[in-house]
Amino acid sequence: MQMEQRKKIEPVIQCDNLCKTFRTPGGDQEVIRNISLDVQENEFVVLFGPGQCGKTTFLNMIAGLEKSTAGTVTVSRKCVTEPGPQRGVVFQSVALFPWLTTMGNVEYGLKMAGVKKEERQKRAQKYIDLVGLQGFENTFPVELSGGMKQRVGIARAYCIEPEVMLLDEPFGALDAQTRYLMQEELERIWQTAKRTVVFVTNNIEEALYLADRIIVLSPCPCSIVKEFEIDLPRPRNYTSQEFLHLRKEIDATINSST
Amino acid sequence: MKKLARHKYLLISCLSIVLILLTWYLCVDILNMVSGSAFPKLTKTISTFIKKFTTAAPDGATLTVHFFNSIKVALWGYVMGVIVGVPLGILMAWFRKFDMFARPLFDLIRPIPGIAWIPLFILMFGIGVLPKALVIFLGVLIPSTVNAYTGIKQTSDVHLWVGDVFGASNAQKLFKIAIPTATPMIFTGLRVAMGSAWSALVAAELLASSSGLGYLIQIGRSISRSDLVLVGMICIGVTGALLDELLHLVEIRVAKGMNAK
Repeated sequence: MQMEQRKKIEPVIQCDNLCKTFRTPGGDQEVIRNISLDVQENEFVVLFGPGQCGKTTFLNMIAGLEKSTAGTVTVSRKCVTEPGPQRGVVFQSVALFPWLTTMGNVEYGLKMAGVKKEERQKRAQKYIDLVGLQGFENTFPVELSGGMKQRVGIARAYCIEPEVMLLDEPFGALDAQTRYLMQEELERIWQTAKRTVVFVTNNIEEALYLADRIIVLSPCPCSIVKEFEIDLPRPRNYTSQEFLHLRKEIDATINSST
Repeated sequence: MKKLARHKYLLISCLSIVLILLTWYLCVDILNMVSGSAFPKLTKTISTFIKKFTTAAPDGATLTVHFFNSIKVALWGYVMGVIVGVPLGILMAWFRKFDMFARPLFDLIRPIPGIAWIPLFILMFGIGVLPKALVIFLGVLIPSTVNAYTGIKQTSDVHLWVGDVFGASNAQKLFKIAIPTATPMIFTGLRVAMGSAWSALVAAELLASSSGLGYLIQIGRSISRSDLVLVGMICIGVTGALLDELLHLVEIRVAKGMNAK
């Protein structure tokens, strides 16, 4: 039923036969082979694949940071040719500006868009509160923990209110405990401020906890192996029967594909 | 508790200076290990230092006059060198074509030590303020440019991507990403340049001057007054250290969050 409803609406992100080949002095290296993917509005899609498989390249192509060799990406009917505020990105390395405070980092996008100081601080404050960083507005990144930095990164991407959020293994560098916490936080944030999300990870638990749909990708050259619709109720339990069952199923898919 | 630790730290820092003064006093004043014209007594140096504030003899000016003459020239050369050098480095690092244009000339000038320019400048401009300021200018220009250049080049690609994602223009990326990234390096350049300005100044004054701390040292040598030489040297040392500390304080305020230590 849910599926049928979704199909009727035009997808927000449409990737059509995307290919990417890097030309290196040592010869051409095919990274992505014929990926076609539609993402519906407010859908949480997780790209799940082994390390170095090309998922980041795929995400960067949606962001417009990387050009495709063949095929097209359209977001809300607009063809993606360069990066822009329509698509917010949270980078794996966080990439906060160390010379700006939490507030400075979060309001950065609005500043580039020419929003007046009072207005942009008000809007930035809303997202600082949303990610639970009230009281740290004037703190510099060097004084924040890894998890807090990622919260700033998420608030910064959210603050320009993009149509699409792209997250590239945002919790990859966190310790296991913080990682669980941040997954729960991200789900809460997403539930509060719904967005179309594409989230890249190589962690199967993370994928299952967050995703409406998991796209399993093959090792290089990257292509879609299988899709899984996850309709477990949220917030999910990492140790429930259904959770573990799905986990086994996805594991089996990966093992049979490699 | 913290205050106590600070006091302790200060005490340890002063210890090295106290130790060298004690050794000086012991070896020269008490044990008479060297003659007074080769190396002055500590007490003699201190009394000369105090007297020099009011007496112009034997070199024609009081210590204050020498000091301000030196500082004036140094600041002129320094400020001009920084005003030209830092933007030059930033432009070279940011614009490829400008880099290609300016680099050959810069690479040619860079290996020539500042002091090597002195004879040419004396021939061109005599021994006034201008030749000295020019020597300092060149001595400041090079570290300012090199450090600003290196700093801009350290801008991370991901930071520029963040700018792209938010639709930042090229100018916004330069002023809001690249230059803040480069700020600590630019300050390192300013401090290195301060050092070279000071040494270029003294070198220039030794050769072409009629006043200034370098001149004081030179006169002291020619009339065998080692105490005058030492007074000049100590003034140079203390001023240099204070100026460096001043720049450091400015850096801490400007480059917040950048781990300036």
